[in-house]
Amino acid sequence: MKQTTVEKTNVRDRIRKIEGRFEVLRTILAIAISLIIILALVFFVSDEPLNVVYNLFVGPLTSVRRFGSVIEIMIPLMFTGLAIAITFSANRFNLISESSFHFGAITAAYIGIFSPFSAPLTILLILLSSILIGGLLGYVPALLEEKFNASVLVNSLMLNYVISHFANYILNNVIRDRSSSAIQSLPLPEGVNLGELVSRTRIHWGLIIALVIVFLAYIVIDKTRWGYSLKAVGRNEKFARYAGINVGMVTILAQVVGSSIAGLGGAVEMLGIYDHYLWTSSPGYGFDGVIIAALARNKPKYIPLAAFFLAYIRAGADVMNRSTDVPAEIVSVIQAIIIVLIASQAFLSKWKQKQIIKVSQEADMKGAA
Amino acid sequence: MDVLNLLTDSNFWFGVLRSTTPVLFAALASLMSSISGITNMALEGAMLFAALFAVIGSALTGNIWIGLLFAVIVSVVVTLALGFFKMRLKADEIMVAIAINLLATGGTVFILYLITGNKSTSSSLPSGVFPALNIPLIENIPFIGNVVSGHNILVYVAFLSVIVVYYLLYRTALGLRIRSIGGNEEAAESVGVSVEKTRYTALLISGILTGLSGAYLSMGYLSIFTAGMTAGRGYIALAASFVGGTNPFGTMLASGLFGLFDQLGNQLQSISNTPQEFIFMIPYLATVIMYTVFAYRRSTRQQRANKKLMKQREAEAQ
Repeated sequence: MKQTTVEKTNVRDRIRKIEGRFEVLRTILAIAISLIIILALVFFVSDEPLNVVYNLFVGPLTSVRRFGSVIEIMIPLMFTGLAIAITFSANRFNLISESSFHFGAITAAYIGIFSPFSAPLTILLILLSSILIGGLLGYVPALLEEKFNASVLVNSLMLNYVISHFANYILNNVIRDRSSSAIQSLPLPEGVNLGELVSRTRIHWGLIIALVIVFLAYIVIDKTRWGYSLKAVGRNEKFARYAGINVGMVTILAQVVGSSIAGLGGAVEMLGIYDHYLWTSSPGYGFDGVIIAALARNKPKYIPLAAFFLAYIRAGADVMNRSTDVPAEIVSVIQAIIIVLIASQAFLSKWKQKQIIKVSQEADMKGAA
Repeated sequence: MDVLNLLTDSNFWFGVLRSTTPVLFAALASLMSSISGITNMALEGAMLFAALFAVIGSALTGNIWIGLLFAVIVSVVVTLALGFFKMRLKADEIMVAIAINLLATGGTVFILYLITGNKSTSSSLPSGVFPALNIPLIENIPFIGNVVSGHNILVYVAFLSVIVVYYLLYRTALGLRIRSIGGNEEAAESVGVSVEKTRYTALLISGILTGLSGAYLSMGYLSIFTAGMTAGRGYIALAASFVGGTNPFGTMLASGLFGLFDQLGNQLQSISNTPQEFIFMIPYLATVIMYTVFAYRRSTRQQRANKKLMKQREAEAQ
């Protein structure tokens, strides 16, 4: 009797392992397919394909500054990737993180310019406000869905445009530097920045903040009751409701927390990279977050790796854009293929089934013997 | 001039029809797919691709109608791809749509750059504009003639499409099949309707309408392609088709309301002291409010109907 229970858990473990391996394999294959398609595309459109391929894939490794830019690009992607991962974990397609990031940055510029406090206190105030404002922005479409049954997807997409125009209003009418011919804000005062982490690069302390937030999210989602509820809701909402989980509460909180992380990301990007605020449209990090979240399967622990991958490709594309005849936008092909293949549940599912059947048949044979 | 004067100006209403057109095409496209059970958020990306390919086709061949054909083909391919990933590869349609829209944002710039060496507009490409049409008799009616006559031909096609879509959905066997698979997939399948085939057909029509919308943007509304020129119109159309419900005439009204707000924004820029950024917000904010109100009304109506049903059942049980 005892023997069979051990046997059963053994089989279950093996099946779980197969499922884990299956996800890794799918991800690697999705990346590989997208890269193969890119290679084909490069050979088709470029007069110097080998040079293009070299710059795209090896370019970021050719100097310290270039590799530094990979890490620098990775920081905002980690924030919005995590934001989207948490939001999508609750099965809510709230895309407001796009705005939260944008507005987090302009909040940082506004407070930075007008704050009467000392630099360290101002930075603290900025980080806290951006979290608060980001969360508030996420709350609006979440609430509209919960109270009025209006799709959070549609409303968040619309609100992204509203908020982007509002940010432009603040730039043009409140913080604009009238003495400059460029469209940019007044400069941030001395000391209101996150400081350089690695010399000779633009890598800033935001990297540490991002990693800490990812770690906290990992703890909360994988080790706490709320995290368990969140995952239960994401897996099967009806079942979660029967199990006594307050679904409305869990999903709204997930959207607010996600959005506040994106808001913080915007402030960190502003304080880490820029002296002036100068975006005249939303920089698109929210939608980039979807790519990161898809690559990381909504799991916080994989977010840094996924962000690194996309940042590496982007940095490579930057080098390629400057030194060859292929524009950086070619990266959008890689991104689209990766999202679509990872989202395709049937992609490689036959392989998984075969493996699982094999394991169970083996177990059956043993049981019979 | 104030807002009241604006509302009695025939140019204003002429502009409302212009602004309504791209959203109306796309909202009908969204209606076609959502009624068959697929949320087509890839509208935005398909429209952008169509806008670019209309210009490319027209410039390459010197024939605007081939431009239109290019636009429709590319949009149909993109929309069918959404269906393929949803049905064959069991992908979430929203994720696929996000991928398609990201691809369109970058991909159109990529292609534009390869062809023209410019990343923002197609102004160096000699593309045409669809002809304007004067409607005999009606053009002579004061006011109404100025509003209704003299539009780009695709404006009339958009409003005719409302009738065509209505006829197709509610007066043909295909329409019945499309509506049945959206309502209850298993039931439809059990009486011999092929869900996959019917859904592809609905998406094909959806793709054609989206292609027309994109072609109108770059060869009617404007005479060039500019990067990101759809500016969320696909998303607005999605909202408009949800507001309109399952009736194409409802879709038309909702799109018309958007056109009204969009045009109000355009005109207010020149006559009002309100900062232009707030005016730019108007169509999007109006969409959020309209959509939320309608969604709320629909859900309360549903709840009331459910309650009534429960009461009836209780009464019957006793």
